Amino acid sequence: MRARLRGFLRFWYEFVVGDDWRIALGVVLALAATSAVSRTSAPSWWLLPVAVVVLLPTSLWRAVRSARRG
Amino acid sequence: MSALPLFVAVFLACAVEAVEAATIVLAAGVAGEWRSAMAGVLAALGVLTVVVAVLGPALTLVPLGGLRLVVGGLLLVFGLQWLRKAVLRASGHKARHDESAIFEAELVAARGAPHQGRGAVTDWYAFTLAFKGVLLEGLEVVFIALTFGSNAGDVLLAALAAAASVALVAAAAFAVRAPLARVPENSMKFVVGVMLTGFGVFWGAEGAGARWPGSDAALLVLVPAVAAFALALVAGLRLVAVRPGGFAATGPGPDRAKEET
Repeated sequence: MRARLRGFLRFWYEFVVGDDWRIALGVVLALAATSAVSRTSAPSWWLLPVAVVVLLPTSLWRAVRSARRG
Repeated sequence: MSALPLFVAVFLACAVEAVEAATIVLAAGVAGEWRSAMAGVLAALGVLTVVVAVLGPALTLVPLGGLRLVVGGLLLVFGLQWLRKAVLRASGHKARHDESAIFEAELVAARGAPHQGRGAVTDWYAFTLAFKGVLLEGLEVVFIALTFGSNAGDVLLAALAAAASVALVAAAAFAVRAPLARVPENSMKFVVGVMLTGFGVFWGAEGAGARWPGSDAALLVLVPAVAAFALALVAGLRLVAVRPGGFAATGPGPDRAKEET
């Protein structure tokens, strides 16, 4: 029963979060920052594009570096 | 959001998942018993129908702002994961998705497994292999169609795009009775990753309260910008030497197929 529950949770973790949990965490933080800035008079639309520009290359670089280490 | 980008995004994303599901079902049917494999497909479609029946109406009850925040965030996470793999593949840092190799690996695993019956199912391995493959890939199809459709306010069009895509792939797989290796799956995954990321950024920011300059027209800048950025990353990573010895071949099992998405 515990193994099935663990398998169920693992499936949803892999389905939603995927290979790099830092991407999911970065997206959540960027959404929270967008929401916080949106409550002020400053524009907030640029925060998520900036998050993509930061998150994707850093995740790729980590993947390439770990693949090169074997 | 206009109808064409919605249709194209859902159609391509669902086609990619349907090709992977078709490969697993073909392996289950060829190595085992076709009737059990098709029973697995029907059982998985039954579960997916229940998921749609429960989730579909529930999504329409959620306020659009909250829906766009959650769904935009999920699409962005999905899109970045797809794009990450697509860029790694296109730049040579990850083995390209090869349906023929996956089919062979599934076939070897299925032939080595015991084909015993259980209850009304005469080949339990073929049944569970096909069931898992269709359910896992189908969940992604359902997720993409429902989220895109509800956010764009046109669930019917998204559902039609998903149904047309799955029907086309199923018909092609049935006609050739072989893995659909000629489908440009790696390129399609790249395009889908770009679209999921672009729409995820747009809807996620809107859901969090941001106002885009130009409103919906911002998507016309966002999606090409994401594509250009991803292509620049491919070009940059091609300059980095690939690990000596290349990549291991894909292993067997539907869970592996899911990981390769």
